[in-house]
Amino acid sequence: MMRSLEIIWVLFLKDLRLEWRRRETIASICVFGILVVFLLDFAFAPAGEESLRLMPGVLWIAFAFAGILGFNHSFAAERENACLEGLRLAPIDPGLIYLAKLLANFLFLAVAEAAIVFAASLWYNFSFLPAFKWFVVIVAFGTLGYVAVGVMFGAVASNTRMREVMLPVLQFPVIVPIFIGAIEATTSALKGDAPGQFASWVRLLIAFSVIFVVLSFLLFEYVLEE
Amino acid sequence: MTAHAILTLAWLLVALYMIFIYAPSDVNQGNVYRIMYVHVSSGWTAMIAYFLVFVGSVWYVWKRSPSADDMAYASAEVGFIFCSCLLITGPLWAKPIWGIWWTWDARLTLTFVLWLLFVAYLLVRSFFINPGRAALLSAVVGIIGFVDVPIDYMAIRWWRTQHPQPVIMGGPNSGLPPSMEATLFISAGAFLCLFFYLLRQGLRLAEARREIGQLRRQLSE
Repeated sequence: MMRSLEIIWVLFLKDLRLEWRRRETIASICVFGILVVFLLDFAFAPAGEESLRLMPGVLWIAFAFAGILGFNHSFAAERENACLEGLRLAPIDPGLIYLAKLLANFLFLAVAEAAIVFAASLWYNFSFLPAFKWFVVIVAFGTLGYVAVGVMFGAVASNTRMREVMLPVLQFPVIVPIFIGAIEATTSALKGDAPGQFASWVRLLIAFSVIFVVLSFLLFEYVLEE
Repeated sequence: MTAHAILTLAWLLVALYMIFIYAPSDVNQGNVYRIMYVHVSSGWTAMIAYFLVFVGSVWYVWKRSPSADDMAYASAEVGFIFCSCLLITGPLWAKPIWGIWWTWDARLTLTFVLWLLFVAYLLVRSFFINPGRAALLSAVVGIIGFVDVPIDYMAIRWWRTQHPQPVIMGGPNSGLPPSMEATLFISAGAFLCLFFYLLRQGLRLAEARREIGQLRRQLSE
């Protein structure tokens, strides 16, 4: 068990180190996410109260699109210099590679989400502070489920032509329950509802996150298989 | 295969008779409700189809048997048709009864997701760079996609939905008069018979494709 955690940590640090050298992924997903918020601001031009109604949808769409960029890049990078072969040959449980990638992508998307939330708060004149604690919990679990599916299907899609298109086609139907749960819970939390009102949505998020992380962990060795 | 074809045709004709002539009109909906026999039959068939995609995928991952992959793929192809039929008959019924073509309640949303899962499965198979790995990777997609199916089925029991409550194995006050129930089961049986007939055709096609591939390889040696 300790050895597994060590392996995950080493692989996670490897991904962080790679990212730190060129900072391509984080930069591009932050910028793309902010651009989506920007475009939606022009599309809807929300005034006052409308900001509250639109905010959850705007945020989660921005998160979703930013995430897609990140997942595509995550496995594309491994194809250079036969890194994927190196990972396959390592005497470790392939599921651990998945968990390490999950953690790395979660971190990158979390950074992008912070940038997106900041931009949205600024441009829509909306304050997240009143419901901040629950907002963070909801976004964390929603992101976890989303990244769990994204990393898995990113690996599958990296074996296809037109992988930039294949990833959303594969991923979006599967994450619909997570998306709906996240948006409903976010709406409720930002409106200032008591936690009891959105607890069932949060439970849905947690349940789906667990299901997808476990399933992907078990199936990842087949995706890596030569 | 011919016997199966004749059985399917006969069963469908009996179902057609029962749907339009034998089954009585509904007290509230008149004759519009009759599309329900096609709709529910398609629904059960589409979910069984994805279940077979799941079974084929698990079996393939476990045993790497080509017939497992064939069954998963053929099931997806035929299931896609029945799922499309489901999504067409639903709105056709909904417009006169509810006044709207569609709504995003739990059941309709998850069924549309099921349709998208069929599309995704079929689409991704044609895009793999290395065809040798297509079967294994599609199997992974099929397994993860199956998470939606039981939730879709239970959606009308777990949540309050626009979609009608279950009439078969539903709550205490649900149910159909015997003539309607019989018509429904005969129709569902006919649709399943058709599904399995088309599935077997799909399996034959897959086997023929494999044989041609082998012959080509032998000739080129």
